Amino acid sequence: MNRAPRAAGISRAVELDRAPVRPGTVLIRGARLLDPRAGLDGQRDLLIRDGAIAELGESLAAPEGAETVDAEGLHAFPAFVDPHVHLRTPGREDEEDLDSGTRAAAAGGYCAILAQPNTEPVVDSAPVLRSLRERARAEARIPTGFLAAITVGQRGEQLTEMAEMADAGAAGFTDDGLPVRSAGVMRQALQYQRLAGRLLALHEEDPSLSGDGAMHEGEVSALLGLTGIPSVSESVQVARDCALAAYEGGRIHVQHVSARETVEAIEQAKAAGTQVTCEATPHHLILTDDAVRTLDTNMKMNPPLRAEPDRQALIEALRSGAIDCVATDHAPHAREEKEQPFELAPMGVTGLETAFAALHTELVLPGLVDLGLLVERMTAGGEPFGLPVPRIEPGAPANVCLVDLDAEWEVGEAGYESRSANCAFAGRRLTGRVRMTVAAGAVAYRERTFALGAVA
Amino acid sequence: MMRHLLSVDDLTRDDIERILGRAASFAEVSGREIKKVPTLRGRTVINLFYEASTRTSSSFELAAKRLSADLVSVKSSGSAVDKGESLKDTVQTLSAYDPAAIVIRSPHAGAAALVARWSRAAVVNAGDGKHEHPTQALLDLYTLKRRVGALEGLRVWIVGDVLHSRVARSGILAFSRMGCEVTVCGPPTLVPRGIEALGCEVRTTLDELGTADVVYALRMQRERMTGSYVPSLREYAAQYQIDGRRLGPNQLLMHPGPVNRGVELAAEVIDSPQALIVEQVESGVVVRMAVLYELLAGRGAPSGVAAGATTEPQPA
Repeated sequence: MNRAPRAAGISRAVELDRAPVRPGTVLIRGARLLDPRAGLDGQRDLLIRDGAIAELGESLAAPEGAETVDAEGLHAFPAFVDPHVHLRTPGREDEEDLDSGTRAAAAGGYCAILAQPNTEPVVDSAPVLRSLRERARAEARIPTGFLAAITVGQRGEQLTEMAEMADAGAAGFTDDGLPVRSAGVMRQALQYQRLAGRLLALHEEDPSLSGDGAMHEGEVSALLGLTGIPSVSESVQVARDCALAAYEGGRIHVQHVSARETVEAIEQAKAAGTQVTCEATPHHLILTDDAVRTLDTNMKMNPPLRAEPDRQALIEALRSGAIDCVATDHAPHAREEKEQPFELAPMGVTGLETAFAALHTELVLPGLVDLGLLVERMTAGGEPFGLPVPRIEPGAPANVCLVDLDAEWEVGEAGYESRSANCAFAGRRLTGRVRMTVAAGAVAYRERTFALGAVA
Repeated sequence: MMRHLLSVDDLTRDDIERILGRAASFAEVSGREIKKVPTLRGRTVINLFYEASTRTSSSFELAAKRLSADLVSVKSSGSAVDKGESLKDTVQTLSAYDPAAIVIRSPHAGAAALVARWSRAAVVNAGDGKHEHPTQALLDLYTLKRRVGALEGLRVWIVGDVLHSRVARSGILAFSRMGCEVTVCGPPTLVPRGIEALGCEVRTTLDELGTADVVYALRMQRERMTGSYVPSLREYAAQYQIDGRRLGPNQLLMHPGPVNRGVELAAEVIDSPQALIVEQVESGVVVRMAVLYELLAGRGAPSGVAAGATTEPQPA
């Protein structure tokens, strides 16, 4: 179990679970280390021992029994944190289970993830939460936290026993998949937050505006004859919840921001002192509703891919910090469910394995976003929830990912670690590949072709 | 040679002219006592209709039969679809019969494109959700051309519930491709944002209807009342109904059918000589024959039917 130091407004430490591992001794030789928060950017050897970053230096000697990794030509970053992942457990283990989901995360360079509670059954009571945590302690490859529901059954009517679940280890609360429809209930949740001591993460959508929409409302939906989900469906709800959070002094985290109107609303709220953070997904930062023209169901998700001005607003907000972190909203779906007419297919795409590579290829390489900034935004996902940000610093827990920034690969060519293949970037050639991930002191992932050797 | 007819967007102006010309030659066949040509003899056409339809399905049936094809009609009610069989499985099952063509109507956009992906048959989109209805647009062009001769520069107004209309979408594309000026007009709640991108102007009142050469009225479904799109049929009729007052003596009137008498059209205009509605239905068969011919003739027919097969009657 990892215990995080207390962040402002989070009254109890957040706990993550993982299957038992023996922390390894790993010497990473010759990588270019980049950790903007630690002011680190240069080639150094990196020694990991007893679960922590032991030493950074030139030509370090390998301790006895150490695994030595020749990382010449590779970059080492603090590993990433994703606060928005659907592990489909319990209920849809055919789509993803704790093992495959955490393997997918580790393959994407993640050292910690937070799972969403819209499972079958919904994680809305302490017994369900506890049993899930127990499974994670047997199966999870990287530290995994679990969010619990805000309302019973996510029906938006009655608050869950948030205090008990916070004690039982809920990392935060969300009804993700659904919005909290009633402003009255949302307000009460914000009040109760003072007791529960956990962040409320919010899926923002007004169902009376989104209706049975299947994609963004715009020229493309007009052309395709698909019912559209207007941007205001999201921004209206965000404005409402920012106002409620300001009124009650609560802390909220807006999930999967997709519209420029939403970015504006959040910027205004932040400027006014409201405690609001937010996240954006790789697919919203890279794709637009143009990608839906072929009716590829791997382009169907909620909130939908919007227009180019929205995408540009998201990129600018990522740069400025108005968007605090990247979160994938990794949402596996069974193949037969996605092989249906667009309007019938479920919404959601996977994203853990491709997040860094896609953002590196489409934002960093064209010069839209700095590599260091991307690393910052990809490691910041746990911060709003009270999790520490991974750092490459002597004494810090060892959370490192090794990346070959020049490696070209085709998404899906070698299959996926995830049980599901509904990836928005399927078939794309990306540049940048995670070779190895160390999570909480132990190696959680090694890319298959990556050779390791011991120093004689 | 086209492989499928999924969308009007797939057709160039030349393709459209060619299909309309071929339809005219089939019109001659339809005037004979024995309305059959052997063009598709030995080929199998499957009609897969997931939505109720009288006009379109019977029109496609007749088209296939007049071309001497073997026809299988699958309607969703009373089929395995009711037992939950997916579209993909249905298509793969039917593909076992090695159909030359599958004609598909579905309540979902993109269904025809999916069928094209899952089978080797030529696919005709007979209406996919609110997306497109390409053969409707073609028969509308054919009907209009027969009446007025040249389509270039014609001003066409499409009036009604554009938001939910695949006929409107295909129509805007088809009319503008043939050089018409298209205007769509309807209640603000029923005209999609961004529709201009398809190549039309937008109006929300009939004030300028007098500038149109052709008025194309869409069906106003009663379900739209419950969705709060229009306060009442009464108000819709008051604002948008095409009646004897609004329709000028030199204007032509079209409608894809079925007509809601008293709602989008008043009785006096439906039965007037300006209305092309009956001709539209009549032209449906020959236009669909032309489409099937376009997709299947010359694609490797069984022996006895060569490429460029004749439309002359053969001895029985």
